[in-house]
Amino acid sequence: MAPTHRAPASDARPDTAGPAKAATATRAGRRPALGHPLLRHGLWALAALAAVALLTAATGPVTDLRVADVGLHLLAVAGLQLLVGTSGQVSLGHGAFMFVGAYTMALLVVNLPAVPLAAGMAAACAAGCLAGLAVGAATARLHGPYLAGATLMLAVGLPAVALRFPDLLGGANGLAFTAIGAPPALSGLVDDTQWRALVVWTVALIGLVVLATATRGRLGRHLRALRDDPTAAALSGIPVGRARVTAFVISAGAGSLAGACQAYVLGTATPSTYALTLSLVLLAALVLGGLGSLWGAFWAALAIVYVEVAGTELAHALELDTDVRNNLPVVFFGAVLIIIVLAWPRGVHGALSALGRHRSTPSQTGDS
Amino acid sequence: MDGHVLSVEQLTVAFGGLTALDRVTFDVPHRSVVGLIGPNGAGKTTVFNAVSGVVRPREGTLRRHGRPLRRHRPHHLPRLGISRMLQGLGLFPGMTVLENVMVGADPLATGGLPGMLTGLGRAPRDERRVRERAEAALHEFGVADTAHALPGTLPYGVQKRVALARACVCSPELLLLDEPASGLAADEVSELAERVRGMRAHGSVLLVEHHMDLVMRVCDRVVVLDFGRVIADGTPDEVRADPAVERAYLGPPEGDGDLLAPDGPEEARDGR
Repeated sequence: MAPTHRAPASDARPDTAGPAKAATATRAGRRPALGHPLLRHGLWALAALAAVALLTAATGPVTDLRVADVGLHLLAVAGLQLLVGTSGQVSLGHGAFMFVGAYTMALLVVNLPAVPLAAGMAAACAAGCLAGLAVGAATARLHGPYLAGATLMLAVGLPAVALRFPDLLGGANGLAFTAIGAPPALSGLVDDTQWRALVVWTVALIGLVVLATATRGRLGRHLRALRDDPTAAALSGIPVGRARVTAFVISAGAGSLAGACQAYVLGTATPSTYALTLSLVLLAALVLGGLGSLWGAFWAALAIVYVEVAGTELAHALELDTDVRNNLPVVFFGAVLIIIVLAWPRGVHGALSALGRHRSTPSQTGDS
Repeated sequence: MDGHVLSVEQLTVAFGGLTALDRVTFDVPHRSVVGLIGPNGAGKTTVFNAVSGVVRPREGTLRRHGRPLRRHRPHHLPRLGISRMLQGLGLFPGMTVLENVMVGADPLATGGLPGMLTGLGRAPRDERRVRERAEAALHEFGVADTAHALPGTLPYGVQKRVALARACVCSPELLLLDEPASGLAADEVSELAERVRGMRAHGSVLLVEHHMDLVMRVCDRVVVLDFGRVIADGTPDEVRADPAVERAYLGPPEGDGDLLAPDGPEEARDGR
């Protein structure tokens, strides 16, 4: 053997006390912004609700319904954001959970008209969570395109259930009911459409507060960790399979609540509302808005509602025939998506946060 | 708490017809550094995978303080006081350095799902504990100034320290290090050696490493694997003098070098 010019272990220096250094060093890192996260998010939500109240008070019924539409889509996309943006599981079946919520709500109102609205919403959320648990558990071992494929089946298949049981679920016409209007005590202050917008936004903001608190805290860290590196996440003590299913359940609960809101606003639940297109539009809008942030979900909800409005107006202005007119909004949406993603690969939120030096560190790229 | 931190007894792992580990037996005593060396493909990482519950052994027992580990899964490791630093570091690229280490400190949190959803109950205290411990670990490993950077923007040596901080943040009783010296400069290897020896103050280290200088400097015992079998087990000096080890590394006699000597090619490069 070659001669050794350094003796083995015996001459190693004595152990250095690392923790002592740590104790005396200054604490780096910003403190979290003021107060409890729930309080902080709650204040944001109250401000948003006040803004919605002012907006709907200043405008007419058409805008009221569009504002309500933005609110419920915001909730749906925010739920999808947790699943896709945070936990990295691509789902093409989010519309199916909205279907579950809408039909739970409609069935309750049709069969048990005495049930209060809040209980209907809670029931819809619970039904969605159960559906999410079933789907999440069944697909827990699937990743990437396989998961997308399995959830695609759900989006295609579930609305057909309404056609299969026409007596219970109303078939292609769906279930229509008389939506609960503004309470009599407020009849002078708010009209029915305004009331509906406020109800939807209240539900949506409660959902968003929970989603924001979950995403910014431990659960969000767990999900982002398993999205980035499942092996390292597991070695850090995160039960990867259970965390994936949890993400599915929360996301489905939010989607279902959004579906219940939609049924409440429209006064009906029809299978065609929750067709495959809806699931695809939700996912596409999420990419357009920006993955990984609740602001991305906000831009996505605005895009879903107002791009369709613009597309419909364009179709009317061009005086196209019915077939083209019905499909133009979707085409228009696709075109907007392509343009935005070409211009800003990280979506509207990514572009805005890069613009406003949102972070002191270089912005991340290639985030899924 | 009798017995060794880890006892590997007759561990046999097979993938289909290929026997990756064949009746491997060795101990990691309390507060010691044990090196696990051997040529490529000898089964070193498979030992780590079996210990961390990633692969199931076909036969044999793993004992922690004399008690067998049965059907444990990777996410049970922190609870068992075992931590593993992955060869490829396994840092989360979309999370800041602080968040990466906070994930490592997460076993300190005790709250459940309702708290995580609402931020109520134990959640704020959990969050504070996890954050404070993670910040302390960042200071300990000298990477506090990078707390809000993404790992991908940092030099490799710094990333390595972050990974080490994440593995050590919960003061594990047994730390599994998979080639911690690869890609490090000479001064960084010396610092690493000091840290590894320092870890004996709190627990034990099982070290897979090709950097022989580091192995010989820090290990109390060295276990040599070749083709899935233990061919030597002893102090660094005993192992270095073992003819079977030399054969395993160099093939039949009349080789013209000595890979086990500390002044291998890496030392030559580092000397520039």
